[in-house]
Amino acid sequence: MGVMMKIVRAGLLATVSGVSLLVMAAPGAYAAGMPQLDFHNPLVTGQVIWGAVIFLGFYLVLSQVMLPRVGRVLEDRSKRISGDLDVARSAKQDADKAVAELQQARKDAMAEAQANLQKTLDAEQQAADQKLAEINARLSAEIADAEKRIAAEKAQAFGTLKEIAADTTQALVSRLTGVAPDAQLVAQKVDGAIAHQNI
Amino acid sequence: MAGGSSIDVLGQFELHPVLGGLGEALRFSQSPLYMILAACLVLAFLYFGMRPAAVVPGRFQAAAEVCYEFIHSMAVDTIGPEGTAFFPFIFTLFFFILAGNYIGLLPFSFTFTSHIAVTLGLAVMVFLLTVIVSLKVQGFRFFAHFMPAGASMFLAPLLIPIEILSFLSRPVSLSIRLFANMVAGHVMFDIFASFVIMLAGFGVVGDVFAIGPIAINMALVALELLVGVLQAYVFAILTCIYLREAVAH
Repeated sequence: MGVMMKIVRAGLLATVSGVSLLVMAAPGAYAAGMPQLDFHNPLVTGQVIWGAVIFLGFYLVLSQVMLPRVGRVLEDRSKRISGDLDVARSAKQDADKAVAELQQARKDAMAEAQANLQKTLDAEQQAADQKLAEINARLSAEIADAEKRIAAEKAQAFGTLKEIAADTTQALVSRLTGVAPDAQLVAQKVDGAIAHQNI
Repeated sequence: MAGGSSIDVLGQFELHPVLGGLGEALRFSQSPLYMILAACLVLAFLYFGMRPAAVVPGRFQAAAEVCYEFIHSMAVDTIGPEGTAFFPFIFTLFFFILAGNYIGLLPFSFTFTSHIAVTLGLAVMVFLLTVIVSLKVQGFRFFAHFMPAGASMFLAPLLIPIEILSFLSRPVSLSIRLFANMVAGHVMFDIFASFVIMLAGFGVVGDVFAIGPIAINMALVALELLVGVLQAYVFAILTCIYLREAVAH
């Protein structure tokens, strides 16, 4: 790098001194003037005419053929890109709609299942309640029946007890007094005693 | 280029008739020949670049499209919506100058943009176009531009000639800028190139020192590549600015 810089610097120095030397040595170089300013030369002015013709031709080919062709390609591309974007956008919309539908269907199905379950549960509950009520009714009927039977038994037992009491009383009285009491009277007295005892 | 011990830096700008007597009669020098070459190169570049017309462009096609879009955006951004109408003109102008500048960088070739007749012709064409467009769009209000709005009436005798002068100097500055840049670049090439040959006459020491001018010329080529595109761009963008003023209501 340093060596390169040194060489360049030396070259620059040599160049500058050389150029000044050359300018002094060759004063005739600029004396002829610039060929560009030699307007007597028909070739110099001819450039303007030829330049105009060539520029016009260049312009016509570019503006009529070449540039529209490039423009068409660019336009096609932007159209195609925007078209593809539109397709992608509509596809996304469809997909979104399908997802929404799916979710709605799932929600509906879930709600339906819930409703069915609830219905079944309710029906089961009702059936169970009904069965329970039936059983209760039967049980209470049986209890009432049993109580009735018990009461009947009791009444029968009490009836029998009255007879036994009358017999016992008659036997006791006859044994004690030696006279058989009137059975009617004994029964009457036993009844009175029972009523008195309020059995 | 360099003849003998003296440097003939301006010889490279001399015009020679092509095809002998026929060229002389038709005033056809190598300069129009290089103009045709430049136009054909640009057209071939676009033609072969755009031939696939692919939706996904290859490198060549992408390059052609970049050229199109660069000038198109320059024209539309600078001139405005009316820029699309002037786009082919700006494209032609830019690539005519660019191709001329770049072909001139090839050894043994000729730079037609180094001739004031050519650059002045282009500048006058641009100038006339802007005047015609201005008159067509703005009518006689065009002349009101020579009196800046809001300026004091007392300054009018001073301002109006200045404005007219600055308007008329546009083609001059436009043409001389391009011409001078191209001439200066090629004169520098010639000076340093002949210097190499002169140093060669000094024996081994001269051979070693000759590396300097060669290196400078290599750097100059890079600089001239920049100058070539920059001057074409300046010419085109100034044309766009003048046209924007012309189409403004």
